[in-house]
Amino acid sequence: MGQRQFHFRPLNVGRWFVWGAFALLLLLAPKLFSSSLAVTILSQIGIAVVACLSYNMLLGQGGMLSFGHAVYTGLGAYVAIHALNAISGGSLPIPVSLLPLVGGLAGMFFAVLLGYVTTRKSGTPFAMITLGLAELVFAMSLMVPEFFGGEAGVAGNRVVGKPVWGISFGPQIQVYYLLAFYTFVCTALMFAFTHTPLGRMLNAVRDNAERVAFIGYNPQRVRYTAFIIAGFFAGVSGGMYALNFEIATAEVVGAARSGAYLLFTFLGGATFFFGPIIGAVLMVLATVLLSEFTKAWLLYLGLVFLFMVMYAPGGIASLLMMNLRVAAFGHLRNLWTAYLALGGTGLVVLAGAGAIVEMIYHLQLDAALGPTVKYLGATLNIERFDTWFGAVFVMLVGLALFELSRRQFNHQWAEVQTDIERTLRRREDAL
Amino acid sequence: MELFTISMLNGLSYGLLLFMLSSGLTLIFSMMGVLNFAHASFYMLGAYVAYSIARLVGFWPGLVLAPLVVGVLGALFERTCLRKVHKFGHVPELLTTFGLSYVILELVQLIWGRTAVEFRPPPSLQGPAFTLVNSSVDGLQVLWGAAPDAMCRATDAAVRVVCSPFPATRGFMMVVALAMLVSLWLLLTRTRVGLVIQSALTHPEMVEALGHNVPRVFMLVFGAGAALAGLAGVIGGSTFVTEPAMAATVGSVIFVVVVVGGMGSLAGAFVASLLIGVIQTFAVAIDYSVLDLARLVGWQPGAQAASHSLLRLTVSQVAPILPYLFLVLILIFRPKGLLGTREG
Repeated sequence: MGQRQFHFRPLNVGRWFVWGAFALLLLLAPKLFSSSLAVTILSQIGIAVVACLSYNMLLGQGGMLSFGHAVYTGLGAYVAIHALNAISGGSLPIPVSLLPLVGGLAGMFFAVLLGYVTTRKSGTPFAMITLGLAELVFAMSLMVPEFFGGEAGVAGNRVVGKPVWGISFGPQIQVYYLLAFYTFVCTALMFAFTHTPLGRMLNAVRDNAERVAFIGYNPQRVRYTAFIIAGFFAGVSGGMYALNFEIATAEVVGAARSGAYLLFTFLGGATFFFGPIIGAVLMVLATVLLSEFTKAWLLYLGLVFLFMVMYAPGGIASLLMMNLRVAAFGHLRNLWTAYLALGGTGLVVLAGAGAIVEMIYHLQLDAALGPTVKYLGATLNIERFDTWFGAVFVMLVGLALFELSRRQFNHQWAEVQTDIERTLRRREDAL
Repeated sequence: MELFTISMLNGLSYGLLLFMLSSGLTLIFSMMGVLNFAHASFYMLGAYVAYSIARLVGFWPGLVLAPLVVGVLGALFERTCLRKVHKFGHVPELLTTFGLSYVILELVQLIWGRTAVEFRPPPSLQGPAFTLVNSSVDGLQVLWGAAPDAMCRATDAAVRVVCSPFPATRGFMMVVALAMLVSLWLLLTRTRVGLVIQSALTHPEMVEALGHNVPRVFMLVFGAGAALAGLAGVIGGSTFVTEPAMAATVGSVIFVVVVVGGMGSLAGAFVASLLIGVIQTFAVAIDYSVLDLARLVGWQPGAQAASHSLLRLTVSQVAPILPYLFLVLILIFRPKGLLGTREG
């Protein structure tokens, strides 16, 4: 093949470069964004990255669509917070920094227990069973206040004992670096897992379970083992959560959280290993920042998700990779005007549609606060006809222009793709 | 005895409501292989649309129109979204309906607000359908409508009289569900339409070659399934409460019904929904805990064990999780479901 690959033995330079950049990013991120809000968000992103990657071990690599992943992260968080309280009480002689591991073991334990039932089936029945079990655990969480702490949850205090080397885990920045360490190690381990024979078998089970059974492996056992490993990492994420927030409430095992893992892992891209990392970043940004900006964020989220499933089922990661391929063949410069047109007209549509949605939400929810809505720096008056007319007009004009540029783009994209195919064939012939 | 009868009837009527919901889900699943995650959302939509229609023209037109509206919306969704995703496989199809459930929930809250609306059944369905009068002297009697006050009051202190009314809405729920079951069964097994639908499932190419439009059949089936959910919504919404959380309360139970009954089996869904309805209703009426059971067999637990909440949980408190326990047990002992034929 004529592909350029930097593959110098015994060192794989490309891989060292990527992982080094990842570690550097984790190290420098709080230096770049040093406000306390930013550090909080970065810590949450670390937690979400581990959770989404472990979820993708099921969804992307194993083809198992789980609706109950929060069960394992949540139970991990609960056990970790109890362990934290045991450490404070003096009955558990381990350092606080090992809490995520405690959570991981707990997640693994529950995955062994519950996974035996859930992984007996695959595909759609699997999805429904995980949903049922998630409901079961959530209902239990309100029934057994001894362990789950009822409505108020269980709280702990991570500042225990004397500081070691000046690290007390009091300041958020110290917690961030611990979480960043766990994020890095877990990401590396999960990536390594994809290259193990078990990881490969898991992909085979996803693609063709019958054939796997035929060559002598038990697909059910492969799924079960992978489920346990995913449960471990989910538990680690739960332990990180407990350490970060110092509290676990019934909501951590709730259906909404499981749904969020599914949604954002898919949005980020389940077909690539790094997709869930993008998804995790989006998840934290959406739940922490977007929900502050607009009340309609769940509607936007649902619509974005619907459009992604319909038009880009590979998620953001696959969109990135497609464009990287185009760039690698030097065609991106032919496309950038089309992208500019698409992006510009798309923004016009969004501005119009967003204005309509925001005005309707205002009408429904806080009409008592007066007839004006602040939107993108402008002030809209919901009582005047011309604002509504303007918003609809902007949206419709944007839609028409978007459709025009979309046709042009489709045309160019197809041309570029055939060109790439032709180049590839020529290279193959040259060999 | 009268408690048993009334609980049994309540359980059956709840079970039949579950069946109305899961029949649409099973129909769609067995036809298209699509697990419609937004099915409970269509149920909620049915209740809200009927509420709006009922305020304009009354309950009975709403009972007919709301399922039609929901059915059309369902067919529209299949035509515009689901059909596009079909080529990517089952998981993206499921995810589309998952996304739809978010959107419907938000839209419902946007249009009808975030609190419960007052959706009352029509006057003819308010009040009891019949009353069971159990007297320690005269025995058990059944009276249509409400029993007169005089009958429920014992004249003598030694005579014990208990009146148990059975709500008319629940009776109506049973009648509609049974009528639906029979007509669905007749449609699928006795008509040409049913023949085309059933064969489109197993031999789509053959059916297409015979000149039937298979995608349109799928669209109609999806619309019909959504309409069934809408019908259940009208009845469920007027009997219980119409609120944005109503989709979440039945959402996972109907999946349990479908798994327990056996994926894609209509008869299985019927049996499972009745079972779950009856079990849950009876459990609510039983006020005993593990602790009481222990005392019954003569074991006296210590003070610490006696205060443990897990032991003090009564059967009525665990009633909400019984369907899920049932699901787990079925999966361990009979993975293909009660009447299911395929495994995996």
